[in-house]
Amino acid sequence: MDNLMIKVDRVSKQYRLGQIGGTTLREELQRKAAKLLKKEDPTKKIGEKDYEFGETFMALEDVSFEVKKGERLAIIGHNGAGKSTLLKLLSRVTAPSTGGIGLNGRIASMLEVGTGFHPELTGRENVYMNGAILGMTKKEIDKKIDDIIEFSEVRQFIDTPVKRYSSGMFVKLAFSVAAHLDAEIMLMDEVLAVGDMAFQTKCLNKMNDLAKNEGKTILYVSHNMNTVRKLCNRAMVLEHGRVVFNGSVEEGIACYLKDDEDASLHFDFDNAKRPYGGIGDKFRALSLDFLDGRTQFKYNEPIVSRFKFKTECPFKAVRLRAEAYYFDGTEIGNYETDSFEVDSAGEHILNISFMPDILPIGQYYLIINIYEVDLMNNHKVLDQPSQRIPFEIYEDDPTGIRWNHEYMGHVRMGKIKVSDTSF
Amino acid sequence: MKEITTQLNGFKTRITAHHRLFDLHLKETFSYRDLIFLFVKRDFVSKYKQTVLGPAWALIQPLLTTVVYTLVFGGLAGLTTADIEGDYIIPGFLFYLSGSICWSYFSGTLLATSGTFLNNSAVMGKVYYPRLVTPISTALAHMISFGIQFAMLVVAWIIYAIIGGTSLAVTPWLLLLPLVVLQMMILSTGFGIIISSITTKYRDLQMLVSFGLQLWQYATPIAYGLTLVSTSETFSKYMFLYQLNPMTPIVTTFRYAMFGFGYFDLTYYLISWAVTIVVFIVGLVLFSRIERTFMDTI
Repeated sequence: MDNLMIKVDRVSKQYRLGQIGGTTLREELQRKAAKLLKKEDPTKKIGEKDYEFGETFMALEDVSFEVKKGERLAIIGHNGAGKSTLLKLLSRVTAPSTGGIGLNGRIASMLEVGTGFHPELTGRENVYMNGAILGMTKKEIDKKIDDIIEFSEVRQFIDTPVKRYSSGMFVKLAFSVAAHLDAEIMLMDEVLAVGDMAFQTKCLNKMNDLAKNEGKTILYVSHNMNTVRKLCNRAMVLEHGRVVFNGSVEEGIACYLKDDEDASLHFDFDNAKRPYGGIGDKFRALSLDFLDGRTQFKYNEPIVSRFKFKTECPFKAVRLRAEAYYFDGTEIGNYETDSFEVDSAGEHILNISFMPDILPIGQYYLIINIYEVDLMNNHKVLDQPSQRIPFEIYEDDPTGIRWNHEYMGHVRMGKIKVSDTSF
Repeated sequence: MKEITTQLNGFKTRITAHHRLFDLHLKETFSYRDLIFLFVKRDFVSKYKQTVLGPAWALIQPLLTTVVYTLVFGGLAGLTTADIEGDYIIPGFLFYLSGSICWSYFSGTLLATSGTFLNNSAVMGKVYYPRLVTPISTALAHMISFGIQFAMLVVAWIIYAIIGGTSLAVTPWLLLLPLVVLQMMILSTGFGIIISSITTKYRDLQMLVSFGLQLWQYATPIAYGLTLVSTSETFSKYMFLYQLNPMTPIVTTFRYAMFGFGYFDLTYYLISWAVTIVVFIVGLVLFSRIERTFMDTI
């Protein structure tokens, strides 16, 4: 009991769906009229489910867990699993529907840093303001203001209104305030995905330091398994609002990766944007499916997928290019097919596979690009849907060192052969 | 959903599904007093940032209002400025100025606090701090403007006293002034947080507020003296109802204390206080109830 910091006792959170709100009266009436005529709701967005008024949705269901002092708990799960709802309940933004939460010590939430910054106030004034919103007193901030400014790297601009700041500076300052809170419990919702890479590493090291040396209790929500591995010593996996795993980090990550029924395996290009054009209906990419039923791969497993497209005329020499990007948008390189011939009009299927062995652990996405090559070796884009196809590499070459994308880039270029040794 | 009895003994903070009626977090709110102070500063500073005249705007508004009232209600319409019948002289300018600064504080605070949840949902959706901090600091920030305006009133008062020919006097009733101002603050905040709580679900009320405040002003002796009602053949029998408007005794008492003569009735004044306290407590209870889950419905 002494060192129990958080106890979540059978907590559920219920949301009401299809309730009024976020609509105008006109939409409301259109909807009612459509319902009377038994037509499809004209205001409904594509892919949106049809919820009846008063229907409910359990964002969290019967969640119980405990966190001891100094523990660094990762909360992982797919989108919509209830992670953010859980953090909202813990940070007291909203109250649970049933059950209760006990906290021993002050809680600092770093959900989206920088909310509560006022554009007209200077950096320094905003530090005080933000600190106070997060529960610090003026005295406490006075003591820490120098550390905060130092850490934020914006000392030069500290007495300038923050509306003149670049977004990077803004975020750095906001994170610094949050990182210097005297709270015993820290809630973080992927705040580390802020600022430039160097600053991200700095934040991560700071969090590590807080947890390991100052004994702070950390709850960390992330999709980035790398940071989870670095920061946490326990993991909890949420799925559809329930706790499905609570234990060691590695097992938790494995459990999360196995459970990918929510991760999209099918990518529809029909409604995708095509900012760079194409040749229209003559050649149209339709879809891409991951065939192994998952989007996480080891470095030495081929990524097998099926590409569907539709043509209105034959094409002599077509190539498919998969542009690979790191999740933050850094271009890595291209995977390409040889030229192939499309001899007829109609729907076609192309089974493709490639080895991601040069990609270190991390999250990536592909963008598909189909083009035609003529005799003069000129390229002509046939179709280029901007739909991102995310996937993750979760295991490196075991003989390699753990990859740090910031310092080491995004490509594992392979081993260097040593042909002769003489010592 | 079925009830669950939780075992959370020994924890410093307990977050439960059920809310006790008078769990108002007042102690916690007090511990955030630095934040209140910073909010007040922010509200006041950011209001006048990038304006040439700065806080002088706090003076210009009531000044122009007073001039217009003096011309329209005093000059053109010739409405009385007397709160009681009798033989004394009250300068129209002082009368309208005192009334309009009271009303502008009351309506300004009420209007601003009535948007507490709606206007701050971005911050409140991310971090917890006692929500009551926001309306309290709003009321205090408006108090600064009121203070500036009040200083102007005092200056005008002194000028009139020096010129002479008026019945202005300093009396022990002056001591009542802080109490009246405090009451005004509590009342406007009370109404404000009630409206703020209801508007999290029904936005209609927000439409009504600014409009309603305009109408309310006509039911309060701001632009005319109390005798307009009390001596009217048609309306004098509704005097009791008129006095139930909690702002009526506040405004008349404010003038009574300020000018040293006028109308004061202890019964009505106490009723007004009773209404103020009831409104404020209802507001607090409603507010603390809504603040727990308003993010789900806003």
